[in-house]
Amino acid sequence: MSSITIAHAALDRFSDPSRLQASTLLKQFSQAALMAGVTPATRLEIRPIPETVSSGIPQIDALTGGLPRGGLTEISGPDSSGRTSLLLAALAAATGRQETCALIDASDAFDPHSAAAAGIRLERLLWVRCGLNAPVSPRQNPSRNEERSIAEDPVEQALRAADLLLQSGGFGLLALDLAGVPWKTSRRVPLTTWFRFRRSIEHTSTLLLILTTQPCAQACASLSLRMKTDSSGARLQASANMRSAISCQLSENKSVEHHLPSHARLLEGLCIQAELLRTRAERKSMQSDSAFTTKTAWTA
Amino acid sequence: MAFACIFVPDFPVEAVLRAEPELRARAVAVLEGKPPLQKIFAVNEKARRTGIEPGMTKIQVEACSSLVLRARAPLQEAAAHAALLDCAQSFSPRVEDTAPDIILLDLSGLESLFGPPSRIARDIARRVTELGMEVNVAAASNPDTAQLAARGFSGVTVVPEGEETERLGSLALEVLFSALKSTDPSPYSEPLLQTFDRWGVRNLRALCALPEIALSERLGQLGVRLQQLARGGTSRTLVPAEPPLVFEEAMDLEYPLVLLEPLAFLLARMLDRLCARLGSCALAAQELCLQLELDSGYFGTGEFPAPENISDDGGTGILAHPNRAQQLFSGPEPDLHPGETPATARLGTNAPGCPGPASARQFTRTVRLPVPMLDAKVFLKLLLLNLKTHPPGAPIVKVRLAAEPARPRAAQAGLFLPPAPEPEKLELTRARIARMVGEEKVGSAELLDTHRPRSFRMQRFVPATSSEIRRAVRKDVKEEPTNGHLADAPLTALRLFRPPWRATVTLHNGQPVHLVCLQHQEVHGEIVWCAGPWRSSGDWWEQDGWSRDEWDIALPNNHTLALYRLVHDLLSERWFVEGTYD
Repeated sequence: MSSITIAHAALDRFSDPSRLQASTLLKQFSQAALMAGVTPATRLEIRPIPETVSSGIPQIDALTGGLPRGGLTEISGPDSSGRTSLLLAALAAATGRQETCALIDASDAFDPHSAAAAGIRLERLLWVRCGLNAPVSPRQNPSRNEERSIAEDPVEQALRAADLLLQSGGFGLLALDLAGVPWKTSRRVPLTTWFRFRRSIEHTSTLLLILTTQPCAQACASLSLRMKTDSSGARLQASANMRSAISCQLSENKSVEHHLPSHARLLEGLCIQAELLRTRAERKSMQSDSAFTTKTAWTA
Repeated sequence: MAFACIFVPDFPVEAVLRAEPELRARAVAVLEGKPPLQKIFAVNEKARRTGIEPGMTKIQVEACSSLVLRARAPLQEAAAHAALLDCAQSFSPRVEDTAPDIILLDLSGLESLFGPPSRIARDIARRVTELGMEVNVAAASNPDTAQLAARGFSGVTVVPEGEETERLGSLALEVLFSALKSTDPSPYSEPLLQTFDRWGVRNLRALCALPEIALSERLGQLGVRLQQLARGGTSRTLVPAEPPLVFEEAMDLEYPLVLLEPLAFLLARMLDRLCARLGSCALAAQELCLQLELDSGYFGTGEFPAPENISDDGGTGILAHPNRAQQLFSGPEPDLHPGETPATARLGTNAPGCPGPASARQFTRTVRLPVPMLDAKVFLKLLLLNLKTHPPGAPIVKVRLAAEPARPRAAQAGLFLPPAPEPEKLELTRARIARMVGEEKVGSAELLDTHRPRSFRMQRFVPATSSEIRRAVRKDVKEEPTNGHLADAPLTALRLFRPPWRATVTLHNGQPVHLVCLQHQEVHGEIVWCAGPWRSSGDWWEQDGWSRDEWDIALPNNHTLALYRLVHDLLSERWFVEGTYD
């Protein structure tokens, strides 16, 4: 009996719901398909839904469904766009879950005081400080070009350190901070590097978080976010009244705008907009961007 | 069962006489204390006969012309005691180090080797005499009786089993209390002696004759114990003296080594043996100390007959290159370990915990492990990474490897615990990364308790153990916010520029209005918004005091704004861009 005949017979049965059960129907389809040499859809491998964890910011979690474990998450944006704030929130959430985390700091820009204020347990965070001033031991053999290039190039150091830490394994969150690296340098990182990173953490519980100025990982990223400050589209105005144009929460008296002395002003935080560029989540959020605000350590 | 006791009367004096045997025929007294408050600590029998007693001052005894005075020598006493222990252990494997002047031996099962206990006691006395000390040796059926007999009777004494009360009866009570003091220092010995003296009890026979119940009613359990000791009826097990565990491997080389590969082969074999020994004792290693003895001829002339296998381009694994002899010893400052000075580090010195005199021919590297480990391959990789980073700079003629033993860690993983990196893998990875970025650039940050801005220090990263993680998970409480952490909104992070960027700032009415960053042209322009200044200062009483004004400023950045922290150093009158809010 051909598979088509069986299908017709099944459709005839479909008209009588009282006698039909879905599992019986599927079983019949599968058996018939196997006999005909066709792999039925019921036998196709089901891709497991990646486990996600909180980023520490509810708006980001609602937008993305959480940061995926075993995948690469890319956060890009210009200066003062809230990338590092999101990084610190994710690290605080991870260390709060008693996970061991690592931060590879290509430009040695990490501030432990901000991190402690954000709730990161510094004793659970391995900090690798790359930089141009990395010492080269005078007794090392400087004639080897490879060692010299690694010693002098912070991006090379960061990528090599990321390789080593990913091979070591066991980290809940591994962050690679290339935000301070010029875009023309970070875009030279070959795509195969990101692909290799993604493959090394697949089927593990490690979350790889990358901070960049512009998106680099492209299709290798399971989740890609672009951060920017909420400018509401207004033109930049070079005046003291920046409330409509600038994207900061400033404490200013509305009636006295131009004459308010600087010591009466206070930076209260950032208004950040996160745009979802790419996600592999099964259930995608209805919205493509989300906004949230940050606060400063001195704001009550 | 039989026990023997070696007792050295006037042990501090015997230790001195062991070093100066020509004084044995004279009256000798040992002084202790700082001048002018020196007092007699111990005397020998000849000095005691002349009326010198412990406790007398130096001035009191100086009148005795025949007396020889010596200061107390702790090193000589330790050497004498070690010699006694060695002698005792040569007879019996079960030796108790009871006191500096008392050693107890278990003679069980030695009759077939050394003969009856009486013969063993005589052999012990003879052997110790050959070591330069005069001792009393006693053998009995229990350790306490042997000790009493050695203290009370000079020479060699054998107390047969069942005759303890009779043989010990003539001993004075002071002997009993001195024996008790060595094992259980009691503050009541002097009052008890006076009590017994008032009762007319002056020897052990009289003490044994006292009724037990009446004695316990008046003196309690201590009195009963004293009576049992006097009767020789006590029984206890020895607490054997364990020799200190030393795990070391050493190897003299037939010819000097200049390549890393053959050294790695030797180290692998030594590490295998060390790990096997540690494993047989159920121990792990907490620290590895590698001590290399370098070719002294290399230091003399600076020239070295190049072996055939040194390549000209200085390939991998060269420990000492003849063309770089001057460069190795006249180059920049080497890496310093705690307590090292540049001079000693250049020449080679011993790291703390690694014995041996520091000399120009020694090169020492110490690898401290975060957790006790027992993996020879991991140890080898760590040592090789360390040597690649800090090569010795001269050919190696001797290798010595020591491991500090420690109890192995007991880690029990849980199904529901968060993942953690393996300590061995993490240590290797940390060493590899440290070789790339620098030892002080890898670790975890620790905030310093100071008002100086951005103060922190790097410390070694040690992953949390599974028990610590389990305790933290079980708590299931939200920790209190640290340093103003705000649970309802994320914190604005500050990205620092290390070092801070020099800037030229134009002021108007005391407020910055224009900024130009000298070495970073992307940070420049009219300051569209600023807040501040916030002034802080400190450590003005130190040489490195600080005083600064902080500003938060906004600069145009393409079509958005970038926020920076601007710092005005009031001491140097310079402006810096310290970081950016991101």
